[in-house]
Amino acid sequence: MDYFFTEQQQMIIDTAREITNEKIIPVRAELDEKNQFPREILHDIAKADLFSVFVPEEYGGFGGGCFEVVLALEELARGCVGVATSFAASALGIFPVMIAGSEAQKQKYLPDIASGARWAAFGLTESNAGSDASGIRTTAVEDGEEWVLNGTKQWITNGGESQIYTIIALTDPNKGARGASIFVVEEGDPGFSYGKKEDKMGIRSSATRELILKDCRIPKDRLVGRKGTGFITVMKTLDMSRPGIASLGIGLAQAALDEAVVYAKQRVQFGKPIISFQAVQHILADMAIQLEAGRALVYGAAKHIDAHPKDMSKVSSMCKVFATDMAMKVTTDAVQVLGGYGYMKEYPVEKMMRDAKILQIYEGTNQIQRNVIGQELNKEYS
Amino acid sequence: MKIIVCVKQVPDAKDVRLDPKTNTLAREGVDAIMNPYDRHALEEAVAIKEKQGGTVTVITMGPPQAETVLREAIACGADDGVLISDRAFAGADTWATAYTLAKAVQTLGGADLILCGKQAIDGDTAQVGPGLACRLQVPYATCVQKTRNVTATTIEVERMMDDGFDVLRLPLPALITVVKDINEPRVASLKGKMKAKKAAIRQLSAAAIGADPQCIGLAGSPTQVVRVFPPEPRGNRKIFSGSVEEQVEQLVACLKAHL
Repeated sequence: MDYFFTEQQQMIIDTAREITNEKIIPVRAELDEKNQFPREILHDIAKADLFSVFVPEEYGGFGGGCFEVVLALEELARGCVGVATSFAASALGIFPVMIAGSEAQKQKYLPDIASGARWAAFGLTESNAGSDASGIRTTAVEDGEEWVLNGTKQWITNGGESQIYTIIALTDPNKGARGASIFVVEEGDPGFSYGKKEDKMGIRSSATRELILKDCRIPKDRLVGRKGTGFITVMKTLDMSRPGIASLGIGLAQAALDEAVVYAKQRVQFGKPIISFQAVQHILADMAIQLEAGRALVYGAAKHIDAHPKDMSKVSSMCKVFATDMAMKVTTDAVQVLGGYGYMKEYPVEKMMRDAKILQIYEGTNQIQRNVIGQELNKEYS
Repeated sequence: MKIIVCVKQVPDAKDVRLDPKTNTLAREGVDAIMNPYDRHALEEAVAIKEKQGGTVTVITMGPPQAETVLREAIACGADDGVLISDRAFAGADTWATAYTLAKAVQTLGGADLILCGKQAIDGDTAQVGPGLACRLQVPYATCVQKTRNVTATTIEVERMMDDGFDVLRLPLPALITVVKDINEPRVASLKGKMKAKKAAIRQLSAAAIGADPQCIGLAGSPTQVVRVFPPEPRGNRKIFSGSVEEQVEQLVACLKAHL
């Protein structure tokens, strides 16, 4: 379907597509098997200026909006969701600075993020704080001209690989969610170290690791936004980032559909290519219908968010749920079309199916997204 | 450091056909791409520029549509592109092409370093690079798999050989032709693409480079292509089957029958 992209948007798509075809697809199976972080590819992505897409022009970025980010991520995810997640996590990690950071913080960090010289990561989740993010226990205490952070963050994407971390910590534990604040912690800060690296079902090329803050001392000016506003910024950050996760589902489902159709045209059973059988055609048709519906919703949501930055929660959650549930279904169907071959590692669809599962879980489970949508509906009709 | 990269627009190898009537390459409707070896030459030039400073100018001799490869090169990090284009250049062989490129390089004020791909995938002669170096009377090395120690006055290279590689040091100005092992070409950047879109491409005609009309195009080309043809399919092949003993018996019988 023609979505009438502008020349600049087409340029972003073409660039991401070249990265995917030339740099990602040839090595994705190996990265997956070896659990290997795609450092080289991220450097290639940086050289191609794709990290600049989500950074405003005044900080050396391309000045793209949510829609441009979605277009880049979709193409990268067509190659590998693990690589695309590593790229997206840098955006997620720096969004709090873009949303609530001081001018000095933006000047300090955004140009490096835009050029890809440094990568970011977002540190919210803890062992007891997943869907209930207010359950975090990491604390930050003022001590003279410094903040002292203590706690352990879990399952942090790009952990150990990024140089800039936005960490959510309680500055006033008695106030619960209203007592949280965000801090920038940099690699090499005293008391900051990395813990266990996870061994995952899918997106195995992405790094998922513990962050350990043990009397971690950082300068006063690393507080992002006002004290106590941490959770408001977190919610805004996730509103901005969820369409990106949705677009990973779109790219992944497109890749699965491509593989399934090509295979169905080649595979001969009962003397005919299996695509000539209606049973197979209907599976492929349903995959294509759901994919295109998902894409239209994600693009529409992204454009809405760019036009109405204060009213994004509901559409952001809706596109995340639909596109990622769709990706799970479409990748599972792709394995079905390829049959026994689809279950084998020689073909890329088994990896796609493993990669799809996380999309329904991270950046807010799809159940939590439905809560958000339900609450918004409740407000709208009051 | 002033670097010039010579590139050629060639038909995409995935899509090569011969015109059955004329037996020449069918170019209509076939995608044109930058010669793959030239992409590696360009990447090496840009990498040297990034370390040493200087400029990378990309030149190509070809019809007006060859401008596309120059813009692609600018998107990949070249500073500017020069299109050497004139009807009089048509039909040039490697001899006339080397002459024309040499005149263009001289018109541009020469270069400290010239890079070319090892060969173009359409003609596969690998003659233009060395020919250009001879015309310019500069030292050259072909099939370079690595450059090292590039200074303002010398370049050290590894030249790929059948049994390993030679290490050569050339005084600048010099010319090298490169193989694919030398690097991984980068993907054109967003900023590069924006720049390429707006870039003014300089054009040089035969008159502008002061070319002798007898030395360019068909007139300046001693090579005559008599015929281009796809290889004849090998006929009369026989495949023996069975055990080795049986196959040997069949072979001997067959040979006897042809004595």
